[in-house]
Amino acid sequence: MGRLRVATVWMGGCSGCHMSFLDMDEFLIDLADLADVVYSPVADPKEYPENVDLCLVEGAVANDEHVELAHTIRERTKIVVAFGDCAVTGNVTAMRNPLGAVEPILQRIYVEAATIHGRIPFEKGIVPELLDRVAPLHEIIPVDAFLPGCPPPAPRIRKMLEKIVAGEPAVLEGDDLKPG
Amino acid sequence: MAVKTLTIDDKPVSAREDQTILEAAREAGIGIPTLCQLSGVANLGACRLCLVEVAGVPKLLPACVTLVQEGMQVFTNTERLREYRKMIVELLFAERNHVCAVCVANGHCELQNLAIAVGMDHVRYSYRFPKLEVDTTHEKFGIDHNRCVLCARCVRVCDEIEGAHTWDIAGRGAKSHIISDMNVPWGSATSCTSCGKCVQACPTGAIFKLGATVAEQIKDRTRLDFIVTAREKKQWVG
Amino acid sequence: MDLSDLQEIAQKENAAAKPMRIRCCTAAGCLSQDGQALKKALDEAVAAEGLSDKVEVVGVGCMGLCSQGPLVQIDPDGPLYEKVTPADAPSIIASLKGEKCKARVGDPTIPFFSKQVPIVLENSGRINPERIESYIAVGGYQPLCHVVREMQPLEVCDLITNSGLRGRGGAGYPTGLKWATVAKTDAERKFVVCNADEGDPGAFMDRSVLESDPHRVLEGMAIAAYAVGASQGYVYVRGEYPLAISRLKTAIAQARRLGILGTGVFETRFDFRVDIRIGAGAFVCGEETALMRSIEGQRGTPRPRPPFPAARGLWGYPTVINNVETLANVPAIVRNGAEWFASIGTEKSKGTKVFALAGKITNTGLIEVPMGTPLKTIVEEMGGGVPDGGKVKAVQTGGPSGGCIPAERFDTPVDYESLAQLGSIMGSGGMIVMDEKDNMVDVARFFMEFCMDESCGKCVPCRAGTVQIYEILTKIREGRGKPEDLEVLRELCDMVKQTSLCGLGQSAPNPVLSTLRYYRHEYDAFITAKSGKAEAEANA
Repeated sequence: MGRLRVATVWMGGCSGCHMSFLDMDEFLIDLADLADVVYSPVADPKEYPENVDLCLVEGAVANDEHVELAHTIRERTKIVVAFGDCAVTGNVTAMRNPLGAVEPILQRIYVEAATIHGRIPFEKGIVPELLDRVAPLHEIIPVDAFLPGCPPPAPRIRKMLEKIVAGEPAVLEGDDLKPG
Repeated sequence: MAVKTLTIDDKPVSAREDQTILEAAREAGIGIPTLCQLSGVANLGACRLCLVEVAGVPKLLPACVTLVQEGMQVFTNTERLREYRKMIVELLFAERNHVCAVCVANGHCELQNLAIAVGMDHVRYSYRFPKLEVDTTHEKFGIDHNRCVLCARCVRVCDEIEGAHTWDIAGRGAKSHIISDMNVPWGSATSCTSCGKCVQACPTGAIFKLGATVAEQIKDRTRLDFIVTAREKKQWVG
Repeated sequence: MDLSDLQEIAQKENAAAKPMRIRCCTAAGCLSQDGQALKKALDEAVAAEGLSDKVEVVGVGCMGLCSQGPLVQIDPDGPLYEKVTPADAPSIIASLKGEKCKARVGDPTIPFFSKQVPIVLENSGRINPERIESYIAVGGYQPLCHVVREMQPLEVCDLITNSGLRGRGGAGYPTGLKWATVAKTDAERKFVVCNADEGDPGAFMDRSVLESDPHRVLEGMAIAAYAVGASQGYVYVRGEYPLAISRLKTAIAQARRLGILGTGVFETRFDFRVDIRIGAGAFVCGEETALMRSIEGQRGTPRPRPPFPAARGLWGYPTVINNVETLANVPAIVRNGAEWFASIGTEKSKGTKVFALAGKITNTGLIEVPMGTPLKTIVEEMGGGVPDGGKVKAVQTGGPSGGCIPAERFDTPVDYESLAQLGSIMGSGGMIVMDEKDNMVDVARFFMEFCMDESCGKCVPCRAGTVQIYEILTKIREGRGKPEDLEVLRELCDMVKQTSLCGLGQSAPNPVLSTLRYYRHEYDAFITAKSGKAEAEANA
């Protein structure tokens, strides 16, 4: 096999999963021998490239840009991994869902909870439109593997990557399935 | 009391005739997943996680309420049962808002442990995201309905061990919910003795001590064991 | 009170009958069509014509053909009038003197009537349900008198066992066997419960029997109580049936007054008291363990069986629970014998079954036919098919717990086993007929919504599983479904069926599974993106 083309994506999450990814420390050096990072918040490319072998998607699908990107990822990627609880379950990002659609949430956050200048910001076309309902990644596109945790501990991420590199089924078991 | 012999997962087991399949299996070191079951209070057979297959019986039987019988061949871990259990746990996660990352019981939660035990890596069903209340009107404890799995353990410890019957269930179906007294805030429930047994009995982070933050609500079941043992066997150990 | 007293009451009642009787339906269906005013108008017209000494107007129970109500029939051998209004009353009475009647004349020889074999409904529409004398006049309470005075309890159990009577509430458990189990159990108290919590949408058999012939049910209960050694009975009837409740109350009071119920039934040492418990509208309370909890004053939720009620029932005591129709068969079996009953029906399903025909069918109403009657006879011949020349597509038997049977299978004889083979159940007897305009995904979704709302919430598969099944059906219906959703749907249905605690959950997936079995293409049509969306919008 040639060098793996790896992408990491940051959607509706806190970037904690990426921090945990960086916590793999010296394994990152081993990984650098095997793979190229072709798209990532920690790399330069602005367009999601073609022919990606593996993509770790952090965060839930929370706005229309995420939806579009998710479909692009699916089209151009062999193995898509839901990376962390937000991507797997919606997690904290989805905690707004019980409050209802976008309007009541913005009202709650920007008006009811505001101490000064309570008003809903509005800049059409500048920031992506929020979805009424935050969704875990697999509700939007088919997902090949699930890597739970908030964030997933570095050894768990490493285990998943090792399985994928070795061509084994990308399935975790036991305590590695613990959400939260 | 007569003793029955049976096999559980092909392992020969003996048990008293008043024992359930679940008790016999546990004594034999065979684990069957449970959620609503709590030692010391009545068994409900409601969560359906302890369903087992018995040779010659077309229906699946709840191990927690099915008594052992002579010659019974019990299977606790067939592929079919594993799949049903996984589906049931997924249904529970989809039903309410179980956000482990920010839950007081993270790391000490029976629902979380079940997810691990049944091999759940994601939930195939659509999350319901119901809007539910958190009641922190009690001076010591709180109840977060987002985390409740309706196992009714709190109802049973309060009724059967404490004798207060502060808790009950109102509504039906997906609208079922735990209430205190005649559906008043917990802080106004005059029958509550603030004994805290419900806190210890609750399998998730639904009932917790006020002030506990993420992962701090450790459930201490030995306290319940102590009371039950003291009452049933007149032994004050623990 | 003994047999000769009963006969005396019967003679008096028959002697007091006037030469001509005008039977006017006063069951709930006809009452909702101004039946009470009609009865009054008929009474007034009789008085106005000066016929009071020759003609009496009798308020009777259900005459069956509810869609043509209010119904009026003139005895002996007079015509049947349909859709009668109070304004028609003078004309009907005038016709007794030979004038031409303006009311619409019905045909009592149509298959709807002629193919019926009434046992349970033999008195419905014939006697006055509010007078015990009217029931005694047709031989009522003689079977009970015979049983308590001449028979041993176990003989009664044997008689019912030999008749082959099976529970009419759904599962078809042999009634005699159930009774014998309780009879042979030693206990200081035992109970008999009549399950009248008829909750299936479109089913109204039990209501009609209670409204039309309440004494028959009480008699059946008393015979059951004698057979098993119970001295207390409860009728658990849903609060939505006020007329049935009021007629039952009247009937219980009348029977007590005559010494037929209460202490020393027919002057024997057998005591039997009956009380009514009114349900508050939960479908699950038709499930026997939930029903018992409700009678005990607890939250109506089921518990795992075994122990069955026959071993541990009300307050822990052995309890017989039978459905209204089952008990209503009992007096006839005692009167005519087990062989007579066993000669009707099929090999495994004896006797008759009452069905409530509803939905897209010309003759909405109640019929009673021998077990084994083909669905075609019931739906096409007796029911008269779809009104306005439409085509029957399917029939749902057993309500939300049953399944859809497609018209191609209408040669199936109606009995417990045949219906189960088709993925449906006999259930309590509701038959909802659907025509070509009905979409089966909608049908499945309707019943799933019902089960979801009516789940008690105790066990996880039923509480949370029905919600997810309903969600997937909605998704499919709105054109958002994906092909893989059908697999998830099927898996969920299987899981809910296999793992739910009680019959409600175990049978809730049946409408989905049976429509998937026979009408898969209708699901596919919504899922195949283009046509699905288009059709969903067209139907919206």
